[in-house]
Amino acid sequence: MTTTDHSTDAYAAERDTTEGRVYTVTGGDWDELVSSVDPVNEERLIINLGPQHPSTHGVLRLVCELEGETVRSVRPIVGYLHTGIEKNMEYRTWVQGTTFVTRADYLAPIFNETAYCLAVERLLGIEVPKRADVIRVIMMELNRISSHLVALATTGMELGALSMMIYGFRDREKILDIFEAVCGLRMNMAYVRPGGLAQDLPPNGVQMIRDFVEYMPKGLDDYEGLLTGNAIWQERTQGVGYLDVSGCLALGVTGPVLRSAGLPWDLRKTQPYCGYDEYDFEVPTHNGADAWARYLVRLEEIRQSLRIIAQGLDKLEPGPVMVEDKKIAWPAQLALGGDGMGNSLNHIRHIMSQSMEALIHHFKLVTEGFRVPAGQVYAAIEAPRGELGVHAVSDGGTRPFRVHLREPSFVNLQAIPALAEGGLLADVIAGGASLDPVMGGCDR
Amino acid sequence: MTDDATGTGRDRPDGVQPVGMQTRKGLFGTEGTGDTSGFGGLVQAAPTAGEIVSTPEPLGGYFDEVVGALRELLGEDVTRAVVVDRGELTIYIAPDRTEAVCKAMRDDEGLRFELCNSVSGVDYPDQRNRLHVVYHLTSMTYRRRVRLETAVGLDNPVVHSVTSVYPTADWQEREAYDMFGVVFEGHPHLTRILMPDDWEGHPQRKDYPLGGIDIEYKGAHIPPPDERRSYK
Repeated sequence: MTTTDHSTDAYAAERDTTEGRVYTVTGGDWDELVSSVDPVNEERLIINLGPQHPSTHGVLRLVCELEGETVRSVRPIVGYLHTGIEKNMEYRTWVQGTTFVTRADYLAPIFNETAYCLAVERLLGIEVPKRADVIRVIMMELNRISSHLVALATTGMELGALSMMIYGFRDREKILDIFEAVCGLRMNMAYVRPGGLAQDLPPNGVQMIRDFVEYMPKGLDDYEGLLTGNAIWQERTQGVGYLDVSGCLALGVTGPVLRSAGLPWDLRKTQPYCGYDEYDFEVPTHNGADAWARYLVRLEEIRQSLRIIAQGLDKLEPGPVMVEDKKIAWPAQLALGGDGMGNSLNHIRHIMSQSMEALIHHFKLVTEGFRVPAGQVYAAIEAPRGELGVHAVSDGGTRPFRVHLREPSFVNLQAIPALAEGGLLADVIAGGASLDPVMGGCDR
Repeated sequence: MTDDATGTGRDRPDGVQPVGMQTRKGLFGTEGTGDTSGFGGLVQAAPTAGEIVSTPEPLGGYFDEVVGALRELLGEDVTRAVVVDRGELTIYIAPDRTEAVCKAMRDDEGLRFELCNSVSGVDYPDQRNRLHVVYHLTSMTYRRRVRLETAVGLDNPVVHSVTSVYPTADWQEREAYDMFGVVFEGHPHLTRILMPDDWEGHPQRKDYPLGGIDIEYKGAHIPPPDERRSYK
């Protein structure tokens, strides 16, 4: 530096003052520069996040208007995963409907199926056997855990806690293994059917679930060790994505987000279904109303789900898992064959060579389905993301006249502007992730 | 093209649903139905076109209280019909009074329906006012649910928006507009939400076919699945 001729150095202009010679080494007058090009106060930048971006939870598109790093407005744009599930169901039988709804919110398929089946059962005016109810509860709570694990894992990934992503998906895999053993599929199982379940638990099913209930608390301790005391995690989530109770109610936000704001509204407690009133569990709440509170609420909900599963396993008693009425019960008896799960050979022998009536029932139910008395119902359950409602209308025919899914992802996503506007761009991701939207459910 | 463009055996109301109304054949030989998947066409049950009959009072449970409070606030004629079915209360109201009814339902101390759970549309093609909009409300204070239903015809499918009372109805009303073509008066920005902005027609109307709509995207023309190759 000493050999440089300062008088000609563009990056260190010099001027004489009463204090002596002063060098301006920054290369210009920043005050002048900032006032001439002012990104904070003058320029608004419009940034498009998504629809294909790992931090937008699937095909969600956010159009953000920025002033510097500050978000002035967010406009969520949805519909990229619209697959016409509701329209398709109007062209299939009531039983086939389960295979459609299960694909809506693909992280919580059992919930979609159960809500739909509860609606169909209310239209039919039937009650499912006790054992089917208990297995539904066990499967729903397992599914709640797996869904919350994905929420924790993806939020962790988006905020830079990559280990959490690995841990979350590792433990979710154990639940998917249970699902696979029980229904033959890891996702989109169509396991819950109008009138009961597709089949009973396999011989080793109860033991698999017990092993998982024993294993999981250790996994939860791992997550807490990773995240709860982690300064970066706290900084990224505390005070981020604030939405209080009145905001939640106005925007229709339910589930962990509402409970993180302090209102213990959980349909399992407030309007019980599937016999949830017989289980002993708490509804965790928090007063933070921010992403941090939602994280804590979800962790605690996993613990409560484990309690419910353990109680459910104790309640299991031998019995049928499908209603007795042969006019409604799906006639197939499944069994594991050499080429995977399929109709059991005993059942095929029965309908093909032993009973004409069984064959007729099988044929009529499979091709045409059962008729559902005309009317409309609304059945709602507490899904991992909030209230999942099914508005089902029947015209008395064998196919749904109209089925509407009140999807918590769809409704909750409306809250993104309320969560994110006025905050920093990075907090849009944290706030959005704390809503845990699933676009398959949102767009249906 | 035949005159029976909807393929349902019913005359199509004039001037609606110009899209994809050709008579088409399904995969497995089904004809004359909007369903090109081949699985449909088994039962074509027509929904009732009859008038909605009120359940005789008393309705039982909290239903009388809710209906009574609503009538006291907004007059006897606010409820067009009141139906209790399968333990659920449905109150039929006029399409231009949805906002007033929802406001009363939310704010009255005896009602307190704080949460609007769901807004959905239903199309009953045989009814004169065929487009129904159904609101499901929940009172968290009293742990009650109620269903509001209103119906409009195709000639003037206008329902008062409830977004000023329940902001959560925003997207759900947009969905009902998108899928059924119900126009919500007073909605801040009634645009399509699930379908593309320039989509023609309202897909969940009963005379709109399942599949069989050819798609144009950036100049590329994609025929509907049943026309892409010959299956028969």
